[in-house]
Amino acid sequence: MDKTINNKAWFLVLPVFLLVAFSAILPLMTVVNYSMQDTFGNNQFFWNGVGWFKELLDPSTDLGGRFLASLWRNLIFSAAILAIEVPLGIVVALAMPRQGWTVAFTLVVLALPLLIPWNVVGTIWQIFGRPDIGLFGYVLNHIGLDYNYVSNEADAWFTVILMDVWHWTSLVALLCYSGLKSIPDAYYQAAQIDGASRWAVFKAIQLPKMHRVLLIAVLLRFMDSFMIYTEPFVVTGGGPGNSTTFISIELVKIALGQFDLGKAAALSLVYNLIILIVCWVFYTIMTNAGAERRPVEGGA
Amino acid sequence: MDSLAWMAWTLPTAIFFVALACTLAVMTLLAARYPEVERVGVLRIPTTRGDRLFISLILAAVIHLAWIGLVGTDTIATLPVGEEGYEISSLWLATVVSLASAVAIFRIV
Repeated sequence: MDKTINNKAWFLVLPVFLLVAFSAILPLMTVVNYSMQDTFGNNQFFWNGVGWFKELLDPSTDLGGRFLASLWRNLIFSAAILAIEVPLGIVVALAMPRQGWTVAFTLVVLALPLLIPWNVVGTIWQIFGRPDIGLFGYVLNHIGLDYNYVSNEADAWFTVILMDVWHWTSLVALLCYSGLKSIPDAYYQAAQIDGASRWAVFKAIQLPKMHRVLLIAVLLRFMDSFMIYTEPFVVTGGGPGNSTTFISIELVKIALGQFDLGKAAALSLVYNLIILIVCWVFYTIMTNAGAERRPVEGGA
Repeated sequence: MDSLAWMAWTLPTAIFFVALACTLAVMTLLAARYPEVERVGVLRIPTTRGDRLFISLILAAVIHLAWIGLVGTDTIATLPVGEEGYEISSLWLATVVSLASAVAIFRIV
């Protein structure tokens, strides 16, 4: 294939590179430097080698125990919200109208939660769930359920998960809806001629066509939930006890609460590495899922 | 250098970043001279040289962390340098493993 390759275009990326250098690369390098040292403030640092990483990866130490516990909590949280939001998003997308004035109305209503800032969502649910003045908490207690997210771990989890589902299912639904909208009518007509059932249409036409957007939805929701900080911090503050302390909350406690910059830097780097790996895996699956299907579609 | 004090530079981390920067510079020059071509290896995914470098670097980080967590960083040898000698941590073995895995990745992935 004769394709002219002109790499000079890369110079156009230079301004962005400089900007990213200041906003991301230099801070990240500083984090690497911190992770190898201990400090007592005043820009005085003492070499500690891989000491913090050793502590971080040893579950019997305080730092290691906290890291592992919060990592588990975060993974369970991400798995839970994905298990709820993805199927629910698909169902909502399937139920959305395809034409008429209701389309715009539904889109606006669904987009509303996405437009609310994280800390406001946290505040809404913090008040909404209170047993004394919150509508949700009051109603639950009124019908005989002993619900109190401040003192009960299960209730705290229930609230945090419900809040995330409320906030982000719309995103999955909107992405799925865009996938559904891209299916030409001919597919449905062909299915009708074949006498396909509703389930068969979903399995053979709609789900494969939503495949790519679903991968994007899963990636976005996983990354967001794995990095979640503001919402649970506002609602539960990581409690009761440490039961809803996710990794980012633990990280902020270590870095800004205890001012252990070395420990926090080591934790950030491992956290970052996990996210990088997951992102790469998803990205690879996403790009290759399309590549595998392309020849088939081209040949058809 | 006072203005850079907040970055808390040390010689080992500086060497690490300079090595990383050199690797990226070499890869960039290579890409300019010999444009990257995608190829499908054992992972059954198309990868360019840059992709393989990325995989190698990520894997190197994972290998080092796994080594710290599972094997530890005991001293395996002491070089007769200076009065007390220079202790070599077993973590250098992880570096050797990482380099070997990088070579393997560049060849077969």
